[in-house]
Amino acid sequence: MSQKRRIRVIDTTLRDGSHSMSHRYRASDIGQVAAALERAGLDTIEVSHGDGLGGSSIQYGEGLLTDQESLRAAKEVLAHTKLAVLLLPGIGVKEDLEMARREGARVARIATHVTEADISAQHMALAKQAGMEVIGFLMMAHMEAPAKVLEQAKLMESYGADVVYVVDSAGAMLPDDVRRKVALLREGLTVEVGFHAHNNLGLAIGNTLAAIEEGAAVVDGCLAGLGAGAGNTPTEVLAAVLDRLGYETGIDLWKVMDAAEDVLRPLMPRPQVIDKAALSLGYAGVYSSFMLHTHRAAERLGLDPRDILVELGRRRVVGGQEDMIVDVALELTQKAVAKGDL
Amino acid sequence: MAVKVAILGTGNIGTDLLIKIKRKSRLLEVGLFAGVDPASEGIARAGEMGIPTSTRSIDAVLEDQEIRIVFDATSASAHLRHAPLLRGAGKVAVDLTPAAVGPYVVPAVDPELKNVLEPNINMVTCGGQATIPMVFAVARTAPVAYAETVTTIPSRSAGPGTRANIDEFTVTTAKGAQVIGGAKRAKAIIILNPADPPILNRHTIYTVLEEEPDREAVTASVMDMVNTVRGYVPGYRLKHPPVFDGKKVTVMVEVEGAGDFLPKYAGNLDIMTCAALAAGEAIARKMGEGRTQGGGRA
Repeated sequence: MSQKRRIRVIDTTLRDGSHSMSHRYRASDIGQVAAALERAGLDTIEVSHGDGLGGSSIQYGEGLLTDQESLRAAKEVLAHTKLAVLLLPGIGVKEDLEMARREGARVARIATHVTEADISAQHMALAKQAGMEVIGFLMMAHMEAPAKVLEQAKLMESYGADVVYVVDSAGAMLPDDVRRKVALLREGLTVEVGFHAHNNLGLAIGNTLAAIEEGAAVVDGCLAGLGAGAGNTPTEVLAAVLDRLGYETGIDLWKVMDAAEDVLRPLMPRPQVIDKAALSLGYAGVYSSFMLHTHRAAERLGLDPRDILVELGRRRVVGGQEDMIVDVALELTQKAVAKGDL
Repeated sequence: MAVKVAILGTGNIGTDLLIKIKRKSRLLEVGLFAGVDPASEGIARAGEMGIPTSTRSIDAVLEDQEIRIVFDATSASAHLRHAPLLRGAGKVAVDLTPAAVGPYVVPAVDPELKNVLEPNINMVTCGGQATIPMVFAVARTAPVAYAETVTTIPSRSAGPGTRANIDEFTVTTAKGAQVIGGAKRAKAIIILNPADPPILNRHTIYTVLEEEPDREAVTASVMDMVNTVRGYVPGYRLKHPPVFDGKKVTVMVEVEGAGDFLPKYAGNLDIMTCAALAAGEAIARKMGEGRTQGGGRA
């Protein structure tokens, strides 16, 4: 690790961060953040609803802007920084991807649950055909053994992915688990390996470093760590740490710090911290974007969010199943009522 | 006298449908079980059951003058070829593929196929069969501005066809929620869950009404529709009474398979074969045969 290696940082403040904004970014917010990231020298930034293109819904929260409006607001201010979008097959459809391509997106990140890579073939082929860079996202990677993650990563590679990510959607992975999975993918794939962290156990920076040490060449961050649950790896902190370690990122540290402090923080509805609910996500292994939806259900039914999240983890609920929150909350309420009756 | 039918496609869906017809239907009789693969387990099983089989697929079906209804459980591309041939031969097609040559049919919404004149009907998707009745149940009480359906399928019962065509699933389901369910706008979401032991197939149906809903009327309509669906899909259940939040109504259902051939967790496949059987029987009734026989097992 003595020689300088280049690490590509993809900033997803305008996608994963959208969860923490309850998908209410305004066009002016997007323009300001994107411009600040461009000034800071970010290679690629991701702009989409938190649940990807087509994610605006009752299930995941309605976006203030359409995907198209969001992409336009970002594209307008970008010159060198590449524009990426996220798409989850089953939520977003081909038309969404075609729209994103027309609006200037050059990178398509196609995400599936860690065992379901084969539903990404259709969209990866389409993105490839459109000349986009394709990044495969294997979500909830903590739920499966390394060999399974490799098997699924190989499928994505065979569909044309240029990079395959180990995605710790629940912020539940420990550094050794990150090391094993990234190392195995490095060994078994010919394409690059990426890593996406959540900070629910306070390990976002540590896990990202572990991934880099095992050979990950692409990693995600968000300004001020804004993102689902306790948030993602803070881009500015990662830039500082990688600079100290001697990695090359192309990011201007002062400018990315300013972007986080002066541009993003004033927009944040609440500080990005590891509160009890966020910690419960990481501990129980639950998809990070469930947090705010769980808060709402818990408040309405007078429950502790932790009880709901732990039960969701026990049931091995996967990303996208936000409707299970209300289902589980109603069942817990019924149980509590039944107990009271006894 | 029972109406003679053929099943095209000898995979899981075709086999489950064969067993359902044989066990439950007095209106239909399987005269031919046809595919292309001589090594198909389905063909062997049908042969053991004493059902005439063929590996000459559509050709064998076209040659049999007595066959009047054809269930197509092959693939969308194959059905696009089969549809004009079946029409030309005067046979009615019940299409279980996403080809959607003919109009969508959800038996709970139109049990006697009163609105269908074409000799080709499409069974939408498994998500559509489970969610559209709920959209319709709400929409018949008051106008629905928007419907959103979330279908979660146990990974093991999502076949290669569904996986390779996941976009078609979401687009077709959403379209069915509009055309048959009566929602002005609609969105469909599908999620695969690999949990082991498998979860049950479940569906959440959100509707947004134009005005505040009449809660009693909506609840009564939903309960009534659940019973209608249960008439031909015994494992269809409401998980919780409808949840109201302003103009929004949330309904959750789950579908346990009958376990005829497919495992019980594969409710998503069971509801397709149940719906196809119900539609096939309605067609048989329309043909004026078996009028006094009553329906299949209610």
